Amino acid sequence: MATQSKPAQWTPAEVKEEMLKKYPPKVARKRASSILINEALSNTTPEIQANVRTIPGIITMRGCTYAGCKGVIMGPTRDIVNLVHGPIGCSFYAWLTRRNQTDAGETGENYMTYAFSTDMQDSDVIFGGEKKLKAAIQEAYDLFHPKGIAVFATCPVGLIGDDIHAVAKEMKDKFGDCNVFAFSCEGYKGVSQSAGHHIANNQVFKHLVGQNDEKKPGEYKINLLGEYNIGGDGFEIDRILKLCGITNIATFSGNSTYDQFASAHTADLSCVMCHRSINYVADMLETKYGIPWIKVNFIGAEATAKSLRKIGQYFGDKTLIDRIEAVIAAEMPAVKAALEDIKPRTEGKTAMLFVGGSRAHHYMELFNELGMKTVSTGYEFGHRDDYEGREVIPGLKVDADSRNIEEIEVEADPERFAPRKSEEEMKALTDSGFEFKDYKGLIPDMDKGTLVIDDLNQYEAEKLVEMIKPDIFCAGIKEKYSIQKLGIPLKQLHSYDYGGPYAGFQGAVNFYKEIDRLVNSKVWGFMKAPWQENPELSATYVWE
Amino acid sequence: MLLRHTPKEIKERSALVVNPAKTCQPIGAMYAALGVHGCLPHSHGSQGCCAYHRSALTKHYKEPISAATSSFTEGASVFGGQANLLQAIENIFTVYEPEVIAVHTTCLSETIGDDIKQIRDKAEKSGLVPKGKHIIYCNTPSYIGSHVTGFSNMVKGMTEVAENTGKKNGKVNVIPGWVEPADMEELKRLAALMAVPITLFPDTSGVLNGPLSGEYHMFPEGGVTMKELKEAGDAVGTLALGEWCSADAARSLDTRCKVPCKVLDMPFGLKATDRFVDALRIIAGTSVPEEITRERGQLVDMISDSHQYYYQKKVALFGDPDQLIAMTEFLVSIDMWPTHMVTGTPGSKFEKRIKELTAHLPYEVNVKAGGDMFLLHQWIKNEPVDLLIGNTYGKYISRDEDLPFLRWGFPILDRVGHQYFPTVGYKGGLRLLEKILGLLLDRKDRDDSETQFELTL
Ligand code: SF4
Ligand code: SF4
Repeated sequence: MATQSKPAQWTPAEVKEEMLKKYPPKVARKRASSILINEALSNTTPEIQANVRTIPGIITMRGCTYAGCKGVIMGPTRDIVNLVHGPIGCSFYAWLTRRNQTDAGETGENYMTYAFSTDMQDSDVIFGGEKKLKAAIQEAYDLFHPKGIAVFATCPVGLIGDDIHAVAKEMKDKFGDCNVFAFSCEGYKGVSQSAGHHIANNQVFKHLVGQNDEKKPGEYKINLLGEYNIGGDGFEIDRILKLCGITNIATFSGNSTYDQFASAHTADLSCVMCHRSINYVADMLETKYGIPWIKVNFIGAEATAKSLRKIGQYFGDKTLIDRIEAVIAAEMPAVKAALEDIKPRTEGKTAMLFVGGSRAHHYMELFNELGMKTVSTGYEFGHRDDYEGREVIPGLKVDADSRNIEEIEVEADPERFAPRKSEEEMKALTDSGFEFKDYKGLIPDMDKGTLVIDDLNQYEAEKLVEMIKPDIFCAGIKEKYSIQKLGIPLKQLHSYDYGGPYAGFQGAVNFYKEIDRLVNSKVWGFMKAPWQENPELSATYVWE
Repeated sequence: MLLRHTPKEIKERSALVVNPAKTCQPIGAMYAALGVHGCLPHSHGSQGCCAYHRSALTKHYKEPISAATSSFTEGASVFGGQANLLQAIENIFTVYEPEVIAVHTTCLSETIGDDIKQIRDKAEKSGLVPKGKHIIYCNTPSYIGSHVTGFSNMVKGMTEVAENTGKKNGKVNVIPGWVEPADMEELKRLAALMAVPITLFPDTSGVLNGPLSGEYHMFPEGGVTMKELKEAGDAVGTLALGEWCSADAARSLDTRCKVPCKVLDMPFGLKATDRFVDALRIIAGTSVPEEITRERGQLVDMISDSHQYYYQKKVALFGDPDQLIAMTEFLVSIDMWPTHMVTGTPGSKFEKRIKELTAHLPYEVNVKAGGDMFLLHQWIKNEPVDLLIGNTYGKYISRDEDLPFLRWGFPILDRVGHQYFPTVGYKGGLRLLEKILGLLLDRKDRDDSETQFELTL
């Protein structure tokens, strides 16, 4: 069984050297810049290489742009028919595999249990697939009459030159009562899922946001950006918001609907959970409609309380602030009780987190609460600002792989733009220390001498685990079993395996229990048979 | 209702596939390649496909699935992927040190038209392939066929290693098709009981059903070796199990190395297993040991003990052609009624074969090759059945229609057991029957009134 804090046998520099040793020189050079030994400089954050190409042949954790677009962003939207234009596989693999929960009630629309594809054949590749796409959109419309049909391009589509946007436009005009829009999210674009988030969010912003001006009831209206309702996270956050009297107009995109997106511009504050996948939407909502944004984090009980207080402070209304405090006071005892029971069994243990573009950072909160130290971490598809903070954004180089990802220019909407607060009010808030659009990244929260590694691969993961022997490793399904074969439990933090929610207060308790179960499971002590532990036949068998 | 938008009324669709009963070629190629010892599958295309295939296989086997990718970016998709593949080959042999890399293509590299053979030759010439190591490959464009086609293509790719030295080695090649590691183990056990020396390829047993021991080996003990594949050219013959999965490879061995072949059905159920065992016996000129005959007798015994519960029960099935054909024969042999059936894999041969197997039944079976689960569900709504058989995705239909559901096929994402317990052979037949009977009787125990509720079978 994993023991309490082990002596560090290897220095970080040795670990890094060992990881690079076997690589061909070119690969070693490239990877060296993505592996950072955190020097924790007093007021600057060290630089890390991120969002660069994956090296061919090096077994990566990353997926493709289509996965980020269809899988992550649009996948959780229940009442849009997500039609994948391409050969069958891409559609099949993104079918119900991300554990986004939704609640459509007894009779609401819910297409999330379906996979739709044009199942492109060789004749379509040779002669073009537009005709088939048109027919498929028509058939989907005739069968379901949805509010929206979203079309996703997979790799071959870009190459054969199908104009999916023109087809979408034509069909939208033809139907009149069904919005048809398309995503050029071919898997070869960009360097990871992250490009797909961007492509998806841009189109959502262009085609959906701002369509419904109807005033929604509620006093304190927010959008929750970058929360995907994996394992019901969004439900737990919504439960808490409701208790506080805060109205969530739109979640991008967990448990979302067409109308939520269409109404997002009527909220008064955008709260960004996953900085990576969506910070630019928050910016666009501000520029076009005047909605300010803040970074929040509902992963971790303390972080949840902090985020709620921040929302309260923004609205600045005493009734809201008091109600938030009352909710925190009511929720915290259960969290404390769980910690009191569990923490003695988790304290001092170590974790590694290699996941996503935000979660590797957010989940450090929960491990901290458990008294566990994150000894190494990194993102699968983060950018430098997710590591080093938003200050670096102006200086980020736009390389060949980012250039083909559309950037949309937005300006203030002549009718709908309205500042949510006066300049004085905004100034008063910032003067009091309130931070808008603030994200300092992951690195400042890591201890000196820890390893921060971007786009960690299978080989490096194995080295890390062998040399540092964490008590738990957090990554995804592809990594799960190779790490567990080494006797270290792996918790999936993309899909949460089977569990969740882990957000909010109840989620924190769920997570404590899950980590306790994992790091203290007896199974890790069963790996050697008695005859492997004592192979010598030194004694004779003792009969009764 | 989970599939609340599926209407009972069936409209013809020409372009839209809803809830596919197939997936794409490369995943089959990847699975097959894992059945070669020391082999790292390599996906030549963008990294997304590889990530998806690895994830799907991992979720099915609950085992590590290692595979590399050429990680195309837009540049590669315009200028071709040769540079990426060469770089990948160098990196793979340096870092992971496999015995062999099995390259398959994806839709992207196929659409571009990369010539894998030429790139491989180039890699060999420029010294990127260490001595004694190999690259095998196959083309797997997903806009043709299905995952089954990809499996078959990679197995055919393996046969290109075979050499005919002119001296027969007395072994029999057995190509098992896309079955589970446990099934492959069972086939080897049956052959060993008959003392027939076989080369089974691919062979994922010992690769995808490994132990937890505190050690991780990217290349576990199992798998057919490159040496064995080479020697397959000197075998006395090849038994190919399944027309869709295995026949191409067997025929290629016949053409290339003059190894005669016979295509049999996959040995699921009584009669198909009978034919497999009988064929092995005759080829090897041995007799079938009592142990196997006894296993057969046990299966017959179980059929007779529980026949009353199978009799004229209607079954809907979806899955892959070879499996469905064998299963249909098995169901018919115990007097169950296969009623609706789809496979996503195209090919009218499938429909024809199913119709032959069910010709004597008093109704016409709904069968479609190139169909989808949406259609299957609609058929079920129009004519309800007693049992559904298929992969995990069937659970949504099963819940909506309140149908007993046997998970069988690929992928199974929500249960374990398929890694460890075979469904081929007589033992496998027993397991299938035990499962089917359990499902039917659990339903009966749930539905029976208190008055009818019974203690015994
Ligand atoms: S692009 Fe082709 S090979 Fe890749 S996942 Fe999609 S269907 Fe499969
Ligand atoms: S074909 Fe392209 S879009 Fe589809 S999974 Fe592969 S990389 Fe992604």
